[in-house]
Amino acid sequence: MAPVLKVENLTHLYSEGTPFERVAIKDVCFEADKGEIIGIIGHTGSGKSTFIQHLNGLLKPSSGKVYFNGEDIWASKETVHGVRFKVGLVFQYPEYQLFEETVYKDIAFGPKNMKLSEAEIDARVREAADFTGVTEEMLQKSPFDLSGGQKRRVAIAGVIAMRPEVLILDEPTAGLDPQGSEEILDNIRYYHKKMGSTVIFVTHSMEEIANTVDRLAVFSDSQIVMQGTPREVFARDKELEAINLSVPEVTRVMLRLKELGLSLDASSFTVEQAKATLVGLGKERGLC
Amino acid sequence: MLKNITLGQYFPGDTFIHRLDPRSKILITIAFIVALFIAHGAASYAVCAAFLALCVVISKIKAKALFSGLKPIIIIILITAVLNLFYTQGEVLVSFWIFKITKEGIFAAVFMMLRIVMLICGTFLLTYTTAPMQLTDAIESLLAPMKKIKFPVHELAMMMSIALRFIPTLIEETDKIMSAQKARGADFETGGLISRAKAMLPLLIPLFISAFRRADELATAMESRCYSGGEGRTRMKQLKFLGCDAVAAAVTILFVACVCVLKHFGI
Ligand SMILES: Nc1ncnc2c1ncn2[C@@H]1O[C@H](COP(=O)(O)OP(=O)(O)O)[C@@H](O)[C@H]1O
Ligand SMILES: [Mg+2]
Repeated sequence: MAPVLKVENLTHLYSEGTPFERVAIKDVCFEADKGEIIGIIGHTGSGKSTFIQHLNGLLKPSSGKVYFNGEDIWASKETVHGVRFKVGLVFQYPEYQLFEETVYKDIAFGPKNMKLSEAEIDARVREAADFTGVTEEMLQKSPFDLSGGQKRRVAIAGVIAMRPEVLILDEPTAGLDPQGSEEILDNIRYYHKKMGSTVIFVTHSMEEIANTVDRLAVFSDSQIVMQGTPREVFARDKELEAINLSVPEVTRVMLRLKELGLSLDASSFTVEQAKATLVGLGKERGLC
Repeated sequence: MLKNITLGQYFPGDTFIHRLDPRSKILITIAFIVALFIAHGAASYAVCAAFLALCVVISKIKAKALFSGLKPIIIIILITAVLNLFYTQGEVLVSFWIFKITKEGIFAAVFMMLRIVMLICGTFLLTYTTAPMQLTDAIESLLAPMKKIKFPVHELAMMMSIALRFIPTLIEETDKIMSAQKARGADFETGGLISRAKAMLPLLIPLFISAFRRADELATAMESRCYSGGEGRTRMKQLKFLGCDAVAAAVTILFVACVCVLKHFGI
């Protein structure tokens, strides 16, 4: 099956041709298959945000190509404009983009720009509100009267309402409390399961990624340095540490136990998995 | 895209010019502008150009950066030159239809162009070599005598530094909100005047809201640190005239005197 999104040798320079020129991403190759949920991780300034803005044509590559369903998105003006609706991008701190009088109208902004019928717009707004836990009562409020976490969910709904084939979220949980983060992650997982669309999300929390994604790409210093399943990537914990990222804490404990001589499968990254592994090991040795 | 505005851009460096007290630099720039208006004739213009060139070379600012600042006003320069070319009386060289080109006209046009270009380059050199905060400090210090007549010098300088501080932030924010709305299919580029003005709303509303929010936060932050205006306030970085300022002053005085003498002889 052909990938939904394919990126070939993508390089982007900011302020090209001025004394302030700087390389933000360099020679990046990447693929996303239909229905996958992919994590992108890397420390601040490693080029994650720059990279994802190429996927829906907001930034033009300095060199390299981006294909959506096999078609070069920069082939013509129409393809670039069309891809904006098919690849939905939720920016970091998206609550600062709200502007309408009511939450309902704000969520409807995207579908309206797609020139859909009133009935279709209404259906999509309600569907998106449902996915993100925006209640009927909230829909009629002004977006500026909501709490930070609620605003964030409204903003995400505004993108989901376009029913994009690929949904990209830039640090959707940044600045939220653990409970708020978990709720948003739940919303995203639910959306992914229900719609079966491709989801790409950027974060710098390994815990978040470990519990959610099928595959992840690690950015460091403008490049993708590792790609693979969480299991494969977390096994390279020394390399991760070298670029100032750490594996989830549970995984670290398990890796250390293995180092100390226990023969166990160290690639568990949730507490439940770790518990199962350890209990299994205990049973094997007749300890419990 | 909006980041490419160079107006008021500061190029950090560590040259003689960069090290000068910002007050000296403002005064020297004023002296240079005055000299430009005194100048009258090829020789005095040459002296002005030489002074400017000397400053540019010492400051290590690339000529390209300096000239790129001229782009927005090229039209104004050309119109001034053309007007001078046709509307100066004197010895007629060429005449066609109702237009007459005179020898004086050509001189006037060339000198007027040189004057504007040097004026702009001179002031750009000031902003290129002086950090905006230093500039406002210097303005506050130079205007200090006006406090006697109850002119709110400190408040004005504070407002200027706050505005300068937030210009890049707001530009960045504009860029970000614009991208976010584009991602939802907003179109800022096509359509007629009215539809384009309407299309700006999704950009302007969040921008204003965030500007007010920032202003509010800043006011709270200043108040919680007991800011209460200029009375009895000292600064972390004191402005001090040093040896290099004396040297620069001497060179400038020599330069202005030179222009005055040349003007006296009419060359
Ligand atoms: N609009 C911009 N103009 C110039 N440089 C930028 C801009 N946006 C980001 N950069 C630079 O590009 C690099 C990558 O930034 P970014 O993609 O935002 O990283 P991340 O999202 O991983 O933190 C950084 O060094 C940053 O300073
Ligand atoms: Mg980022």
